Amino acid sequence: MSILEVKGIKKSFGSTEVLKGIDFSLEKGEVIAIIGSSGSGKTTLLRCLNFLEFADEGTISVSGELLYDGAAEKVAKKKLKNNDKLLRKKRLHFGLVFQNFNLFPHKTVMANLLLAPSLQLKSDLRAAKRAEKQMDRALKKASTEEEKAEIKKLFAEKIKRDYKDAEELRAKAEETLRRVGLIDKRNNYPCQLSGGQQQRVAIARALVMNPDILCFDEPTSALDPELTGEVLKVIRELKDSDTTMIVVTHEMEFARDVADKVIYMADGVIEEAGTPEEVFLHPKSEKAKAFLTSRSNAAKGTDDLD
Amino acid sequence: MSFSEVTLQLLNGFGTTCLLFILTLVFAIPLGLIISFGSMTKFKPLRYLTRGFVWIIRGTPLMLQLFVVFYVPGMLFDTPIFATIENGRFVAALIAFVINYACYFSEIYRGGIESISKGQYEACAVLGMTKGQTFFHVVLPQVVKRIIPPMSNEIITLVKDTSLARVISVIDIVFAAETILSLRALMWPLFYAGAFYLVFNGLLTLLFGFVEKKMDYYKV
Ligand SMILES: Nc1ncnc2c1ncn2[C@@H]1O[C@H](COP(=O)(O)OP(=O)(O)O)[C@@H](O)[C@H]1O
Ligand SMILES: [Mg+2]
Repeated sequence: MSILEVKGIKKSFGSTEVLKGIDFSLEKGEVIAIIGSSGSGKTTLLRCLNFLEFADEGTISVSGELLYDGAAEKVAKKKLKNNDKLLRKKRLHFGLVFQNFNLFPHKTVMANLLLAPSLQLKSDLRAAKRAEKQMDRALKKASTEEEKAEIKKLFAEKIKRDYKDAEELRAKAEETLRRVGLIDKRNNYPCQLSGGQQQRVAIARALVMNPDILCFDEPTSALDPELTGEVLKVIRELKDSDTTMIVVTHEMEFARDVADKVIYMADGVIEEAGTPEEVFLHPKSEKAKAFLTSRSNAAKGTDDLD
Repeated sequence: MSFSEVTLQLLNGFGTTCLLFILTLVFAIPLGLIISFGSMTKFKPLRYLTRGFVWIIRGTPLMLQLFVVFYVPGMLFDTPIFATIENGRFVAALIAFVINYACYFSEIYRGGIESISKGQYEACAVLGMTKGQTFFHVVLPQVVKRIIPPMSNEIITLVKDTSLARVISVIDIVFAAETILSLRALMWPLFYAGAFYLVFNGLLTLLFGFVEKKMDYYKV
């Protein structure tokens, strides 16, 4: 079963149709690179996956669970948009690294990593306490051993959480900072870091939430050329440790090396999809050919398209 | 009238001035936040109502508002409420000041809140934070840093504005100095009263400078 299954995603803003039916799927541990000229709808697609926008049509399923159905959302009495609790739960399947980092400027690197998960942990612990009390009550009523086992199983699901305690969370945050090579910057503020370092913090911050699928929206576009390498290196290492990722990027070479699949988008549709070899070496569509030619010219410096 | 006698009388008035100042801040700072939410809500009727109210309060003189708060309830209920109860005049002045300053503060807050980028809210959203967590842990701390300079100005203006309370006979420090002037024909207590304001505002300025420096641990 695919970890992510996206079917028929459509999205319009007013009268402009930005996504015109996007289908793709992603296996666990795979990396998909999404390329395409600007305005083709790549950001909008990622935002739909992270529920920052709500697709008008289409479905999103993660590990077989239907997370979103545009048709159902249209007629739903209580829209997902307005159901804060459910929305947060669904969002946590995904992580998103923004083009311009969006770190919290008033928090240290470590605090940036810890803020969301520690708030999450606190509310999880409260919920667990409530659930345990309920379970005890239910257990007292239960007579047979089988019933008790059943009850325990039922509540185990409710008590489950990402981190056992604050200690474990902190350890994970430290380990993650080590992975992105910034453990010695843990007490610095974002403004004291270079763009590349800031983006690596943003990646670490997303990782600590343990997303099933990590999305990147042009993670190196806001960086000076000499700083893109360090960020791409981190993403490469994540691939080696089997992180499932969707990377929107203009770095063609990177896409070719790292991605298992490449999607070329134009005007809200997937024009071309396949292995890097298929897309880069044997593109079938004229648009894809033209795009790739212009990009490789740009890379050679003969052309300066966007 | 000796220097120490004058000092004592002025100090008495200054106590009222300080109390009015502090209580106004205590109530207007949180009330301003509530008003700023009202002026930013998606619910249009409430938003227009709040903005209209803020517009009226900011567009009319505080002195007029003092008179309105002091006299209008009396006319409505046919008894001069604030003139009869103990400290009624002070309470009336406090109400007028709190409403007036809460409206000014709300506009400062609104500017601060609206200056936080959409990206901050979106970062919180994708990290699964609630709206409340987002506001209190991410938005508000950044707003506080941004509004310190305009709030400092407003608060220093408040120190001086408290002297308006004497139009409804609240005995503040200026009222005290004026009384001495009219009863004893002494001019210098007026200047002496001015010195109180200067020292007080000087201390506030130092405090705000200190706070601003404290908040300088990060840049945006
Ligand atoms: N919130 C929005 N409101 C209106 N139009 C939007 C909005 N977001 C994106 N668009 C439009 O959708 C199109 C695709 O944008 P985007 O997804 O950002 O493309 P890409 O990331 O591929 O450059 C653009 O024409 C853009 O102007
Ligand atoms: Mg984009």
